[in-house]
Amino acid sequence: MATVEEASRVDPVHQFAINPIVSLGDIGGVDLAFTNSSLFMLLVVGLISAFLILATQGRGLVPGRMQSLAEMSYEFVAGMLRESAGTEGMRFFPMVFSLFMFVLFANLLGLIPYFFTVTSHIIVTFSLALFVILTVVVYGFYRNGAHFLHLFVPQGVPGYLLPLVVLIEVISFLSRPISLSVRLFANMLAGHITLKVFAGFVVSLSAFGVLGVGGAVLPFLMAVALTALEFLVAFLQAYVFAILTCMYLNDALHPSH
Amino acid sequence: MTDEKRRVDGPVGPGSSDSDLARRLDRLSQSLRAERADRTEAARPARSSGSDYAVAFRLASEFVAGVLVGAALGWGLDMLAGTGPWGMIVFLMLGFAAGVLNVLRSAGRIKTGPGSPGAGSGGEPQG
Repeated sequence: MATVEEASRVDPVHQFAINPIVSLGDIGGVDLAFTNSSLFMLLVVGLISAFLILATQGRGLVPGRMQSLAEMSYEFVAGMLRESAGTEGMRFFPMVFSLFMFVLFANLLGLIPYFFTVTSHIIVTFSLALFVILTVVVYGFYRNGAHFLHLFVPQGVPGYLLPLVVLIEVISFLSRPISLSVRLFANMLAGHITLKVFAGFVVSLSAFGVLGVGGAVLPFLMAVALTALEFLVAFLQAYVFAILTCMYLNDALHPSH
Repeated sequence: MTDEKRRVDGPVGPGSSDSDLARRLDRLSQSLRAERADRTEAARPARSSGSDYAVAFRLASEFVAGVLVGAALGWGLDMLAGTGPWGMIVFLMLGFAAGVLNVLRSAGRIKTGPGSPGAGSGGEPQG
């Protein structure tokens, strides 16, 4: 373990390695283990729960700082959902709020040095996206029946073009979970790699004496700027994930107009 | 600030009853709603300029996802039906079209089909 640590000190992708913490043994041919990824997922959920429970404990009419923060996150997600899916969409509020908070906290937690970024693994983001799309499909059929299929048939298309257009619409629909998951995953992965590469430059350059230390200022400034950018990206990607979820849910609620 | 508040809310004394409080709360939520409507109108144009990078990334990923899904579907069809390279060729092109459609839709250039009509009031997500 120690030798691996030594060798990978400047390896920018080592931060994404999944290490088992407690092995649960071989179950059904799959080597199940409680990994660092699981640990950080639990940490994220625990932090969100603690934040919301503690912040709303006072139940003040005039909110304090923390309560105000909790209320702001509620208002933000509720406004987003109401705006893009209408008041009917509010029945999905718990789902959208949980998704938004999970992604946001996972992104932000990953910015702390030595912390694992849960959302930098595509399997995590893809499961989230698949969950969203399956909800849309299941609820769409449950609510609208076969009428949900009107989603794939745009109005005013000439008959001879219809098969082609429907096929394209179906592919477009199927590409949603892919783009939803790849966007979040790629942003987090790329951001963390860039950050690590520039931070690595600082270490490598400062080994070359005075001139190196002088030169190391440049990548250091870059790393500082990138950290700020990463905070923006962390929030923005959580927002994008949540608002796209809202828009897809809107399709389930109103498949055609 | 406090003067203004007192003028609007009326005198706050120990004798203010529950109904009085409810009335004042009602008034507060009304004015908050009006304030919020103003604010969201004002905030919208400012938000769009801040995240061009995210918009670019969003469009790119929409396009790539369309092509990838098209290619995967065609490949799967070929595997199942044994139709040579034709399934993949055709579906790759369809996937390309779907990718372009995705991009146009998320850029707000197309107002038909899934995603757009109900979301018209909310505008396109920026980023």
